[in-house]
Amino acid sequence: MSKKERRVFSTLLLLVGIFGVTANASAMHIMEGYLPPTYCVAWGVLCIPFLVLGFRTLNKQVKESRKSMTMIAMAGAFIFVISSLKIPSVTGSCSHMTGTGLGAILFGPAAVSVLGIIVLLFQAILLAHGGLSSLGANTFSMAIAGPIVSWLIYKGLKKAGVNKKVTIFLAAAIGDLFTYCVTSVQLAMAYPSAQGGFAASLAKFLGIFATTQIPLAIIEGILTVIVIIALESFAQRELKLIHFAD
Amino acid sequence: MTKKNKTTVITLLIIALLLVVGPFVALRGAEFGGSDDAGSEMISEITGTEYEPWFEPVLETAIGGELPGEIESLIFCVQTGIGVGVIAFLIGKFTERKRLETKYPEIAEKEDAEV
Repeated sequence: MSKKERRVFSTLLLLVGIFGVTANASAMHIMEGYLPPTYCVAWGVLCIPFLVLGFRTLNKQVKESRKSMTMIAMAGAFIFVISSLKIPSVTGSCSHMTGTGLGAILFGPAAVSVLGIIVLLFQAILLAHGGLSSLGANTFSMAIAGPIVSWLIYKGLKKAGVNKKVTIFLAAAIGDLFTYCVTSVQLAMAYPSAQGGFAASLAKFLGIFATTQIPLAIIEGILTVIVIIALESFAQRELKLIHFAD
Repeated sequence: MTKKNKTTVITLLIIALLLVVGPFVALRGAEFGGSDDAGSEMISEITGTEYEPWFEPVLETAIGGELPGEIESLIFCVQTGIGVGVIAFLIGKFTERKRLETKYPEIAEKEDAEV
């Protein structure tokens, strides 16, 4: 990395960090101290390869063209706005969206893991939201698993020739919903029910997290489509730079 | 932005708004607490005892208690504001650029050549 690129990249990280500092919602991440230590470590280790790959992807993108920074900033800012909005849902509980689908569609899932973990880290430290101990598990669900699903759906449906807006909507919405399904699996693994074990626990957690998330996933899909429409209308050049435009 | 896209965006925004307002109006008197709190109650229900977190949030340790609600919403608004600021700035920049490039095509040609 040249000095200039290093400066650009650290500025970006700082920018992302600043957003993260202010991030708060009655977040639906796994709370501090609620996941047994072994699980905390295991999920954390699982995240490392994705983070390394993500750092490399972003680095390569910025190296290729500094102008693609605006799109990285856009994807980051979208996560901050979207994950700050606590939305009432059909279950009578509130939850928030993830916003990671847009970044996954634009840059691939690995790059999003870097943006995501910084938000989660600062939320955990400064807002007692999510947690340091549960950082690995939360990063895996929101910044890795969800984005991977978004990306796979986007690539798959695009190849199948499905309408582009429909493709983006489904990718972002299902990725968002999947994040909370993973959260449910993580909690069910750590807290299998005395009767019925893992499956019974999973059903209970899915009942809370996934059901609450359904309308929010639809909203996230809609907002992601709107942002992509805006970018395609006004920022074709940047989309070409990141190899998104057809 | 094409006229068709404009219609799509406005329609989508209305649907999104209805999805937010819908549950809120339909479920009168619901508490609308966080689904993570509901999650921790579920943990207590499954384990059969009041679950005691093994690690305290560093912020709560530092300020010696929970973050006050008003401060929380202040920080929360700042977050939304900064995020929207970045997005609005960039979209505004792109919009104006497109207007100028439509007016002076030679700028667009020069910029495209660099890509």
